[in-house]
Amino acid sequence: MRYAETGYFLEIDLSTGNIEKIESDPTWLELYIGGQGTADRILWERVPPEVEPFSAENLLIFSAGLLCGTPIPGANRTIVNTFSPQTNLHAHSMMGSYFAAEMKFAGYDKIIFKGKADKLVYVVIYNDKVEIRDASHLKGLGTTDTQEVLKKELGKEFQIAAIGPAGENRVFYASIDHSHSSAARGVGAVMGDKKIKAIAIRGTKDVYVANPEKVFEIANRLRKEIAENPHVGDWMATDEDDSFHHDNFAWGNARVRRKGYWTPEIQERFTRLKYEHLDRQTGCFNCPKRCHNVISWPNRKRFSYKCFGKDTYHMAAFQELDFSYDILGVAQNLGLDSYTTPQVIAFALELYEAGILTDNDLPGMPNDVKGRFFYFLDKIVKREGIGDVLAEGVYWAARKIGRGAEAYDHNTTKKFEQVPIKLGKLNPPYFLMIATGEKMNITQIEGSFPQDPLPTREQREEFVKGWVAAKDERFKKWFLEWEKRERVTIEMACAITEWNEAMHYIDDATGLCGFVSSFRGQFGGRTVYHIHNIPYFLTLVTGVEFDEDKLWKVYKRNRNLVRALNVRRGMRREDEKPPDDHWAVRNPEYEKILLDCYYEYQGWTVDGIPTVETLKNLNLDFVAEDFLKRGILKGNDEVPKVYEKYKDKYPWGI
Amino acid sequence: MGNIMGKRIKEIRFDMDKCNGCRSCEIVCSQIHANPKYASVNPAKARIRVIIDEFKDTYIAVRAGRYTDAECNARNAYTIEGKEFGTCELCPASCPSRDAFKDPESGLPLKCDGCEGEDTDVPFCVRECHSGALTYVEKEVEVEPKKSDELLDSVSALLKRYGLEKVIESIAKLSRD
Repeated sequence: MRYAETGYFLEIDLSTGNIEKIESDPTWLELYIGGQGTADRILWERVPPEVEPFSAENLLIFSAGLLCGTPIPGANRTIVNTFSPQTNLHAHSMMGSYFAAEMKFAGYDKIIFKGKADKLVYVVIYNDKVEIRDASHLKGLGTTDTQEVLKKELGKEFQIAAIGPAGENRVFYASIDHSHSSAARGVGAVMGDKKIKAIAIRGTKDVYVANPEKVFEIANRLRKEIAENPHVGDWMATDEDDSFHHDNFAWGNARVRRKGYWTPEIQERFTRLKYEHLDRQTGCFNCPKRCHNVISWPNRKRFSYKCFGKDTYHMAAFQELDFSYDILGVAQNLGLDSYTTPQVIAFALELYEAGILTDNDLPGMPNDVKGRFFYFLDKIVKREGIGDVLAEGVYWAARKIGRGAEAYDHNTTKKFEQVPIKLGKLNPPYFLMIATGEKMNITQIEGSFPQDPLPTREQREEFVKGWVAAKDERFKKWFLEWEKRERVTIEMACAITEWNEAMHYIDDATGLCGFVSSFRGQFGGRTVYHIHNIPYFLTLVTGVEFDEDKLWKVYKRNRNLVRALNVRRGMRREDEKPPDDHWAVRNPEYEKILLDCYYEYQGWTVDGIPTVETLKNLNLDFVAEDFLKRGILKGNDEVPKVYEKYKDKYPWGI
Repeated sequence: MGNIMGKRIKEIRFDMDKCNGCRSCEIVCSQIHANPKYASVNPAKARIRVIIDEFKDTYIAVRAGRYTDAECNARNAYTIEGKEFGTCELCPASCPSRDAFKDPESGLPLKCDGCEGEDTDVPFCVRECHSGALTYVEKEVEVEPKKSDELLDSVSALLKRYGLEKVIESIAKLSRD
C-alpha cells in the first residue's frame, strides 16, 4: 500500500481518446516527493526540447501535491505544469481550493494530458470511470459559467477546473479556474490548445497515511495553530491598510510610483466598499484560514480575490477599487490572469498615447479609461484586430507591432510580465531572485527571509528570538545585524535567494500553500511549516524517513531539474536579467560578479548550466548524460571562481 | 411517580454564514470512522457533508440522519434571502434517491453517532471547525416521565375490551408474522 500518494497517474490522450491508469514508480517519492517534482521528471523524459508548446506532443500535467488529501492542513495545491507559449520554457502554475484533494480521492496523483482533441471536449472523472465528452454546449462560456453548468449537470460534489474564452482562444496569459482559485501564468492557453474546456472530477476513495493515530493528533494540532496564528494566511483579508501596494508598486504600465497615495480617507472608502460587497471569506480544502474575499458586484458574476489581486486593474488604470471590482467579475470569468492582463492593457494605452497605435488600430475604442479597459479585454479574448497581437503578452506584442513599441516593453524577464515594481537602489537578493528564478513571478520565489530589516536592534532581537523557521543560525545573525535593505553581502544574497526558492520548491512538491509556508515567512517570520518540521510530517504521513538534509536535497534536485528543462530549451545567462529599470541605480560590474557568485554557489557554469558534478550529486545522472550528448556540457565546463573572493563584499558603486 | 425528569439532548448547530468551506469536519469525521481508525481520509465516508455552491455562495453542513428505504417525493425548492436551496441539500436521510450518506464501497447507510464513545467532550467535526460555523449544545430538557405501569394499563385496557382469548390469538399471530 502507498501512503499519502495513490500511486497512480491518469493519462489521457486527446488525439486518440485512449485513457490509461498507470502505476507510478514508488522510488520517485523519496527523490522528488511529488507535485511539480515528479511532473518535471515526466516532462524531462517525454517532452524533448524541440516540442512546441502548442503541439500535440506537449504535455499538460495536473499534479496533486503529495500531502493533499491527507489530514495535514493547508496542503491543497494543484500544480499545473507544461511548456508555456509565452516563454517557450517550463510553466509553473498552482491553484488552491478542492481540486487536488478530489484527484486523490478519485485515485490519482496526476492527470497527464497529451495530444489534442479535434473539437472542444470536457473530461469527466468519477473514480475509475473516465469519459471524454463533447463540450459544444460549453463553448464560449466563462470559467464561472462553465462550472455552474457542469455542477448542475453532474452534481455539486464534482470539482471542476475550466478555461474561459481566453483559454479557448489560446491567449498566452489565460488561466485555469477552479472554485475560488486560479492557476495563473498562462497554463490555460495550453489547455485551450488541447481543446479541453473543463475537467470535472469526483472521488470516493480513501487516502491512507502511515501513522494514523499520530497523524490524527498532529493534524488537529496544526489546524488549530493555523487558525490562531496571525502570521499565516493573507493578512490583507483583515488588515485594510493597503499602503504597501498602493504607495510602493508602480501604476499604469509599471510606470509611476505614487508615494503618499494611501490616506485614511482612501482606506475608509476602500474598506466600506469591500464590506458592502463582501459575501464571505473562504478558505481552501482543509485550511481554516479565510484568504479569498468573495465579492458580489451588480450585474457581474460572483468572484473572489486575494492579496494584490484586488489592486492590479485599478492601479494599471489609475482608478480606484470600485473599478477593480467591476472588471474582475468579467475578467475572471473570461479566464484571464489578473497580474498580466492589466499590464498588457496599460502597455497598449501607452502605445496609443505615444502615437504608435492609432485610431486605425483601435476602431470603436471608447474615450474613457474604464471603457477602454473593457474594450481591450474584449479584443484580447476574441483575438480580434489588435487584440490578436496583445493576446501574446507585452514581449511578443511589442515585437509584432514594431514602430518603436519594443521600448515600451520594460517590465518583462524571460519574456514574462513581472510584478510592477520600480525601485531606487539595487537589492542584491531580489536581483538574483528575479534574474535566476524560473517560476517567472517574484511571488513564487521570495518569501522566507524578511523583505526589509526592522528599525531597531531590540525589535530585531525580539524577531529572532521566536524565529523557529530560520533555516540556520547564519540567518539569525544576519538579520540581527541588518540595517539597510540593500546592505547585504554576496554570501547573504546567495543564501537568502536559495532559502527563499527552496521553500517554494518544497511547497510545489508537497502541495502546501505558500500562505502557511514558503511565501509568508517574509512578513512576520512565524510560518506554521518550515524546513525543520516538514520532514517530520512527511515521515509520519508517508512512512518514508525524511530529515532536513534529505528534504534540502530534494529541493536542490527539483530546482535543478527545472533549470535542466529550460537549459535544454535554450535558456542561458543572457536571459537572466531583471528589467533594466527595475532599479534606478545599477552597477553592471557588481551585478556580473553577483550573478557569477550565485552560479558558483549553485554549482552552475558561467552560463548558468548545472555542471556534470552538480547533476550527479543530485542523482540527475540522466540529465548530465543528455547534456553531454547534446553538447550543452563538455565535461570540463568553466565554473565561476569568484565566490570566495567576493562573498563578504557589500554592494559597491550603487 | 409523575416527577419531572431531565433528559440530555445533544445538538450540533450550523451557522452557514460562518462557514469558510474548508471541510475539516468531513475530513476528521472520515478519520474517526476509518478502518483501522484514523488510517485514511475520505469525505465520501463522512457522516457530515458540507454542500457547497461557491458561485451561489451557499454552504450547508448536513449531518447524516436515519436510513430510509422510501424515496421521498419532496422536490421542493426554497429561496431564502435570495439564495435557492433544494430539499435534498438540507435533508439528512440516507435514501435510495442519492448516494449521499452511503458507504461508497458497501452501499450501506452512514449515520452520525455524535462521536459517541470517543474520548472527546464535543464531536470531532465541531472541535475541528475553527470558523465557528459548527457548535455543539448539550442541554437538559424537562420531560414528563412515562408512568412505570403504563404498559400494564394498556394491556388491561385491551383485555377489558377484547377478552383474553382474542388478545392471545393476536399476539401469537403477530409473532408468527
